[in-house]
Amino acid sequence: MEQFQVHGAAKSRAGGHRRQAITGVNASGNLEVLVERTLQDHECQVDVATAVTGFRDIWEAVIQEFFARSSPGGLRFSINDGGARPDTVTLRLMQSVQLMEDKA
Amino acid sequence: MSNRLQTYEASWYEASARDRVAGLLDADSFVEFLGPEQRAMSPHLAQFDLTGAFDDGIVVGRGRLDSQEVFVAAQEGRFLGGAFGEVHGAKLVGLLRAARDSAGPAGPRAVLLLLDTGGVRLQEANAGELAISEIIHAIVEVRSAGIPVLALVGGRAGAFGGGGIITACCSRIVASEHARVSVSGPEVIETNKGVEEFDSKDRALVWRVCGARTRYLTGGVDRYVKGSIPDFRKTAIALIAHAPPFELATLKAEQRRLSERLQRFGDCRDAPEIWRKAGLPESEHIAEITDDAFLAIQRIKGADHDAR
Amino acid sequence: MTLDDVLTSLFPSGHQVERGPSGTLHGTAKVGGHSKVTVVGIVGGTPLGVDAAILLAGHVLAAVEAGDRAPIVFVVDTSSQNMARRDELLGLNEYLAHLYKSLALAAAQGHPTVSVLFGHAAAGAFIATALASQSLVALPGAAPSVMDLPSISRVTKLPLEQLERLAKSTPIFAPGVKPLFAIGAVTQTWEGDQPFAARLKDLLRQAPAASDPRDRIGLERKGRLLAQKIAERVAAEAVAHA
Repeated sequence: MEQFQVHGAAKSRAGGHRRQAITGVNASGNLEVLVERTLQDHECQVDVATAVTGFRDIWEAVIQEFFARSSPGGLRFSINDGGARPDTVTLRLMQSVQLMEDKA
Repeated sequence: MSNRLQTYEASWYEASARDRVAGLLDADSFVEFLGPEQRAMSPHLAQFDLTGAFDDGIVVGRGRLDSQEVFVAAQEGRFLGGAFGEVHGAKLVGLLRAARDSAGPAGPRAVLLLLDTGGVRLQEANAGELAISEIIHAIVEVRSAGIPVLALVGGRAGAFGGGGIITACCSRIVASEHARVSVSGPEVIETNKGVEEFDSKDRALVWRVCGARTRYLTGGVDRYVKGSIPDFRKTAIALIAHAPPFELATLKAEQRRLSERLQRFGDCRDAPEIWRKAGLPESEHIAEITDDAFLAIQRIKGADHDAR
Repeated sequence: MTLDDVLTSLFPSGHQVERGPSGTLHGTAKVGGHSKVTVVGIVGGTPLGVDAAILLAGHVLAAVEAGDRAPIVFVVDTSSQNMARRDELLGLNEYLAHLYKSLALAAAQGHPTVSVLFGHAAAGAFIATALASQSLVALPGAAPSVMDLPSISRVTKLPLEQLERLAKSTPIFAPGVKPLFAIGAVTQTWEGDQPFAARLKDLLRQAPAASDPRDRIGLERKGRLLAQKIAERVAAEAVAHA
């Protein structure tokens, strides 16, 4: 099992007022993402726990691309991964930002 | 903190545990206890190289159902098969004890258990098994305090093993077509007793033996619903007022109905034999007809009971 | 220990316990301090199926109806639940639940309930017999389990050697009295050197716990470190949000 963090900088703070949200499930080919608004406005971070080892480089690339595209400033994402493919990871991360940006 | 549902008619089967809770209860009324941000997770999975879930696969909390205060627990059937582990089980035990202790005019009107489980989580087998016993003990206490406990079953994992036993300790049981309610899983029976005894790959057989339609017709579950979340909601609301008390008279009535079932159908090995003996129409096609057609069938005598 | 050894050691003053169908036992016995106790059992390593479960529940309910608050002693040497298509078709889950509920009702109505495990009990049978009483006593020869290690290995696809190794450092999944005692499932273990009758009398003399004590016991014995705390945290939040 691997656990690691990916840090990033965001151009802007993620919108909305929600403090936290959760999406997805830790099941085969899927992942669970918990997102919390606990960081400084221009910081973002993803904590990954995955049973599929050896793909850290890909995780870093996918996550940095997500940071650049979504600018989730202030958000900390925590992942329990069940062996999801990169496009599913991106989808869930973006879903979690959408949940945070919903007007409460 | 719930996910938005895609459509109002969302399928119970397809929905996550959180979506079921959100759709079942009055809008925005749910307050979660020990939510995922608290990270009350299993400490036993890492040694098996497994990742966990922030809520250990069960959502517990309170909310309103048709403006009545209720406590709710929902298992996520896709996380490790919705199985009971130490933390998962303890969350449900704590919820039930809280219901017991707050029984009264200001307390919950009912406890809703959205069960979706294969039974005990083998990596934590002893803790899961004991948790199941603690849960049953607590359900009895809640019912004895006058609070109905409703089981709602319709997910991917069904209600197997200790989950099947928990289901039948509840005051009322609601199930949709997808639900299977049983003790031993078909694969386990096949492994132990051979394919003649149970061909676990025969899906039609699995549903004839432990599926919701068989359970409903024989009185093994109390309500059969179509599979949308609003269907479960409507039925749960209706059932709260009709829950049997936990007392000697109820259990004596259950003793009678279960004895009768054995006497009448104790030599049957498949559901159509039961339907023929009971004189039900369509005995060969019960699995294939629509939910509407199925609901029009009269249940076996004695199946519509409150002896649970 | 044989069944006769167990019954003689539990009830040296005598018993009228008889074998019934489907591996069941039923009768009465004398224990010091009580005019009588009700004895039920499933023995001979017989799997617990719908037929045995309904018989046993019937005996328990009859004892409750008598209303004399006499203790109920449940002797257990079973197997797992009966693995049969017929039993599942007939709703085995309801029969096992009914047996559990009957024992729970008896306890709630003032009949102390004690399960005495002297042989096997596994999975659903373990839940509905051994775990369904206020106290669970393990005698020499008791072999409780949820699932045997080879089957756990098969289902989880983990090597048996790995499971055996892990079982040395945690009581959380492996079969046996020792881990189940550690987590709070087994109340007491009685060795063969002590007279069981005296220990049974002592056990029955203790007032039953007001609430299920097993998670607290599991914490005290360090076998289940989280269960009680988690249950308490959930209950505390329920009060806070009232």
